[in-house]
Amino acid sequence: MATPATPVAPRPAAPPADPEAPPRRRRRRLARFMRNRAAVAGAIIVLIVIVAAILAPWLSPYDPVQASFMTVRQAPSAAHWFGTDELGRDVLTRLLWGARASLLAGVVSVGIAVAIGVPLGLAAGYFGGLVDGIVSRIADALLSIPFLILAIALAAFLGPSLTNAMAAIGISAMPRFVRLTRGQAISVKAEEYVEGARAIGLGHYRIIVRYVLPNVLPPIIVQASLTVAMAIIAEASLSFLGLGQLPPAPSWGSMLNTAKDFVSQAPWMSIFPGVAIFVAVLGFNLLGDGLRDALDPRES
Amino acid sequence: MLQVIANRLLVAVPTLILVSMLIFGLQKLLPGDPVLAMAGEDQDAQVIATLRAKYHLDEPVPVQYALWVRDVAHGDLGTSLRTDVPVTTLIAQKLPVTLQLAVMAMLFALGIGIPAGIVSAAYRGTALDYGANVFALSGMSIPNFWLGIMLIFLVSVRWHLLPSSGYVSPIDDFWLSIKTMLMPAFVLGAALGAQLMRHTRSAMLSVLSADYIRTARAKGLLRGRVIVRHAFRNALIPIVTVLALLFGELLAGAVLTEQVFTIPGFGKLVVDAVFNRDYAVVQGVVLVTALSFIVVNLAADVLYILLNPRLRRS
Amino acid sequence: MRTLMIAAALMTGVLATTGAMAQTPAQTLRIGLQEDVGSLDPARSAQVVDRIVFASLCNALVDIGPDLKFVPMLATSWTTSADGKTLTFKLRQGVKFQDGEPFNAAAVKANLDRYRTLPASNRKSELASVDHVDVVDPYTVAIVLKAPDAALLATLSDRAGMMLAPNTLADPAGVATHPVCSGPYKFVQRVQNDRIVLEKFDGYWDAAHYPIQRVIFQPIPDSTVRLANLRSGSLDMLERLAPSDVNTVKQDPNLRFVSVSGLGFYDVTFNVGNGPRGNTPLKDKRVREAFELAIDRDAINHVIGAGIFTPANQALPRSSPYYDAALPFTHRDVAKAKALLKAAGHEHLDIELTFGNSTVSSQVAQMLQAMLAEAGINLKLRPTDYAAALNAAHNGDFEALFTGWSGRVDPDGNLHQFNTCAGNLNYGHYCNAKVDRLLNDARTKPDVAARKPLYDAAVKLLADEDPIVYLYAQPWPFALSKKVQGFTPYPDGLIRLRGVSVKG
Repeated sequence: MATPATPVAPRPAAPPADPEAPPRRRRRRLARFMRNRAAVAGAIIVLIVIVAAILAPWLSPYDPVQASFMTVRQAPSAAHWFGTDELGRDVLTRLLWGARASLLAGVVSVGIAVAIGVPLGLAAGYFGGLVDGIVSRIADALLSIPFLILAIALAAFLGPSLTNAMAAIGISAMPRFVRLTRGQAISVKAEEYVEGARAIGLGHYRIIVRYVLPNVLPPIIVQASLTVAMAIIAEASLSFLGLGQLPPAPSWGSMLNTAKDFVSQAPWMSIFPGVAIFVAVLGFNLLGDGLRDALDPRES
Repeated sequence: MLQVIANRLLVAVPTLILVSMLIFGLQKLLPGDPVLAMAGEDQDAQVIATLRAKYHLDEPVPVQYALWVRDVAHGDLGTSLRTDVPVTTLIAQKLPVTLQLAVMAMLFALGIGIPAGIVSAAYRGTALDYGANVFALSGMSIPNFWLGIMLIFLVSVRWHLLPSSGYVSPIDDFWLSIKTMLMPAFVLGAALGAQLMRHTRSAMLSVLSADYIRTARAKGLLRGRVIVRHAFRNALIPIVTVLALLFGELLAGAVLTEQVFTIPGFGKLVVDAVFNRDYAVVQGVVLVTALSFIVVNLAADVLYILLNPRLRRS
Repeated sequence: MRTLMIAAALMTGVLATTGAMAQTPAQTLRIGLQEDVGSLDPARSAQVVDRIVFASLCNALVDIGPDLKFVPMLATSWTTSADGKTLTFKLRQGVKFQDGEPFNAAAVKANLDRYRTLPASNRKSELASVDHVDVVDPYTVAIVLKAPDAALLATLSDRAGMMLAPNTLADPAGVATHPVCSGPYKFVQRVQNDRIVLEKFDGYWDAAHYPIQRVIFQPIPDSTVRLANLRSGSLDMLERLAPSDVNTVKQDPNLRFVSVSGLGFYDVTFNVGNGPRGNTPLKDKRVREAFELAIDRDAINHVIGAGIFTPANQALPRSSPYYDAALPFTHRDVAKAKALLKAAGHEHLDIELTFGNSTVSSQVAQMLQAMLAEAGINLKLRPTDYAAALNAAHNGDFEALFTGWSGRVDPDGNLHQFNTCAGNLNYGHYCNAKVDRLLNDARTKPDVAARKPLYDAAVKLLADEDPIVYLYAQPWPFALSKKVQGFTPYPDGLIRLRGVSVKG
């Protein structure tokens, strides 16, 4: 029976690991990860973004919101490394603060998607039957509306703000986790030791937590990292359309929205936020790839 | 095989119903009276009342939904609240545009992604593979609307090479139509090409490590032949399934691309309709999109079975 | 000999392809619009941009000159009866509709009746003062009013006075999708969000003065892209140039910048009585005055407006004969603002500003925020999309609202609906019986001399009470290719193509 590929590469699920695994496996995985230069680069980038976001108030040379009408649209210079925007604010400062919004958007959206999607997927995969039927239909329905269109509709319903954008993206990304978790849960459920656990009388909840969840975690972590990348772009897209973080609060997407009207006079306003988004997303993509290669060697 | 198609169709129906209810419900929850937006600057109270009655906006939501379903069953998707043009006319006008964009983007994606994926898999581990992978990841990481803005700035404004926006029908002027669509299609296709490249690579890799490939090589077949005739054919299967998924991303990416390049297609229609609270248009367009997505997935599933001799027998 | 043949063949080939590439025949004008047109039925039209298309597609009974005085169009002369209740028009003879039908008084009656009775007609309230329309003879029509209405002539220069071909009126859907009017250009095609194509109507009564053969309107909401199209040659002119692009256009040798201060305005409206959110310190006149004192209109004009955001202190445009030139401008005085706030008992104040999100409105809001902060007012910004902003305005879900109005020729159009107690567009629910009396009275007086004192008094009262702080007049900045000749901008922002040509 044909199964549409999950966003994780199309191949058979990894053999479920016995949860009593020795720490040696973890060390092996870590070693594999460290050997992968691209993955390490991704991890470093992500770390830089996180640090920039956390330390923004201390790293920024200027105030991100204070307008200064004397220094409007200045090209990059010693005083303003990345130039100033249409209201005279330092672009570098707003980039650093914007990291907060983008990172928050990425992490929280995925958090929502995981928090809703994984339990639903587990239930659907493990219990099957009616539960599976309903959950799968809902996931299919959500997946049949293009992700961005769904996010736009939701964000428009909720009103333009960062929180609402995060909720919209989270809900739109949720079905992928449902599908992924469901698939994993189904294959774990078929394993012998699960049958054995049932035989000795372990409750459903216990089994799910002790046996199913640990095996589901690795692909979820990989998917989460890749989805953070997707969520950062989605938040930028929503802000670009006017549905996310609205000015004057700094956000890379809304900076691009304003910057596009000044492309000929102040191209630096468009270049740097775009590069920032690119770098952050690249970092998460590299990290996700590296995690996938480390946690599941079958790919190589 | 007919059994499979019948099964999938059966499953598609409740999905479609759910989608329609979801979209309908969402719209009703949107804050902002659409009639206010339609009444324009003058905000005439009488007009507002008349419009509310005309579009049954004062009825309870389930009633409105039932009325809409009844109309759809008759092929009537309603009329745009803003311009009084029938939604079916709008779709007929916009679909070819987005379709042209999608096809050209897909050509870019296939033309970049598949050869890159094959080469990457064939030269696995070398600098070529590494470079291609980074290139692909970069393609996936660039926000496509930013790429669009940068390209417009360079290619149209600075270098005057290509038109920066709008749409020319291929019937009116074929080459100008292609020229106008070139940048948007590239922007849209680049991200997809990157993803396609990675999927092709991994599909090829898993196929290349298979036993029958080693047998073919042992038999003395040329490497190139092995790759193209044996490996790729079998790698096609997962690639085809991914294409169906990418189709959805194509539609979504088209929304932003059409916004940046001002292309009067489906995506732009939906965004404008959401901002204008043009219910009828949003409902009709999303329904059609969901339907086409389901159809494409069905086609992919059928293709998958046709391509996979193992499944055909079952 | 062979070489010559080959060369000739090549030349023909080259010429043929270049010929094929030069798709745009001479005398086609491509205009970039700020947004997509709504309905092409004048009865249903509700947007400013629709009127730009109508200016070429349709004729109204009268038109305006650049000085806002009324000039003949489909009517050649008009008189008002002594009691002000009957407006008689003498119609132009020999005029045909674009489908060949003759234009006469019966056609006028049919159209006016339609505007007044069509269920979803947006023109009903504009024609509310009309009691009935009489056909006196084939070329004379009399409009009988319930009460004198000085603004009616202005209304008849706009959509309510546009004449559609009578035979097409029976099918309302047809009118919107294929309007047949009597203007210099007839409708050819419309693709929503893409283009509207008009072609010269050879039977037009003034056809000789319209060199352009084909007009293509292209809505391109993104102002950067619109300008990029103009610069690359895909457009010949565009309307509503973004202020940030003004200097670029001025410096471009291939482009020309033409701007005129319009009939409309941008303002901050205070909620002083619309629902529970109207119970803020803004109810106190002194707080509103302090708000205005903290604003530097010239700075807004300079930083955001590139010089085209002419400061405004009243609802009426400078081009209007009713403009009160004697009304003083309130200049920025932070100390006085602080003193007023202290006297009102609100030294530090939080006010929420709601506005429809756009580049310019966002910039203005942020600038206001910075300026007001210095006076002790913390302006919280609440951007929304257009539809939600409208909703908030109607329901009184705002404290201060940044909004605009495209403006009307008659002063009544800029004042009545906004400042009378029952006014349709009086979102703040400001109510002053004296203002109501003045504005209602001014509607019935016959001429400028009689009306101006009333409007002066009303404007002074409003400036004193400050329910609305006017910021700047809505400008109409156009950017044209140097190839376009003969274009004159009008304060109503419409593009009139009489005498306009495109140099080949």
